[in-house]
Amino acid sequence: MGPLTLAHFLVLGALLFSIGVLTVTLRRNAIGVLMGIELMLNACNINLVAFSRFTGNIDGAVYAVFVVMLAAAEAAVALAIVLHVFHHAASISTDDYTEMKG
Amino acid sequence: MGDGIGIQLAFFAFSALTVGSALLAATARKIVHSAFSLLATFFGVAGIYGVLGSDFMAVTQVVVYVGGILVLLVFGVLLTDRVPDEFQMKKPRNYVPAVIASGLTFVCLAWAITGTEWTRLPHMLKEVGEATPTTAAIGKSLLTDYLLPFEFASILLLVVLVGAARVARGGTR
Repeated sequence: MGPLTLAHFLVLGALLFSIGVLTVTLRRNAIGVLMGIELMLNACNINLVAFSRFTGNIDGAVYAVFVVMLAAAEAAVALAIVLHVFHHAASISTDDYTEMKG
Repeated sequence: MGDGIGIQLAFFAFSALTVGSALLAATARKIVHSAFSLLATFFGVAGIYGVLGSDFMAVTQVVVYVGGILVLLVFGVLLTDRVPDEFQMKKPRNYVPAVIASGLTFVCLAWAITGTEWTRLPHMLKEVGEATPTTAAIGKSLLTDYLLPFEFASILLLVVLVGAARVARGGTR
């Protein structure tokens, strides 16, 4: 085992991001899709913090703080919308939200 | 960075925790199980921040993700609890495209990452030293270089607070 390099953290981020993609594409439950999005945001945060560490520049960590803030805002709004749609369509499955289908 | 065997073990342990529980979150039959395995994922990511020496981000991760977003998601799961479990996942014929899409994403990213010589890029440190506390530097950055985005963030959070309450309450009047 060599010393940890930037690539270690980037590969971990890539793996977490792909699992997020898997979650988004696999889940029919709208809240499950939101979980996948949170996984992807976490993956991008790992990359930002890793770059911040390996360049010795604090800006990456500051960006990560903003991403966490946006993730919290996104979760709150998205969940409100999902709950509203759930009451409207009486279903949590993304397959049933077809009202805007052309 | 840290050549110590301890920090390498910590990295691989937290990586295994993160990836394993994220996979469980992606594939669990019951959405409640997904929500609770996300708990382990978020703690694992906090541990990775710890390995990276980013103390502030590790604490923020636990406070915001575990204390805020996860609780919100669990609320959402419990409020929409009338869904039979067999309707949680896509139909089996959709598994293959989903796995191909995410697998291709990973292969492309990993190929690009391992094919790049990161240490030769101009901004990279030649020698990554010991981790230093980051909280003071982040605070200073937020109130100098990033003051405008910081203030916009507070306005955004206020708008989100009002908007989410408005949307969730339902009714159009």
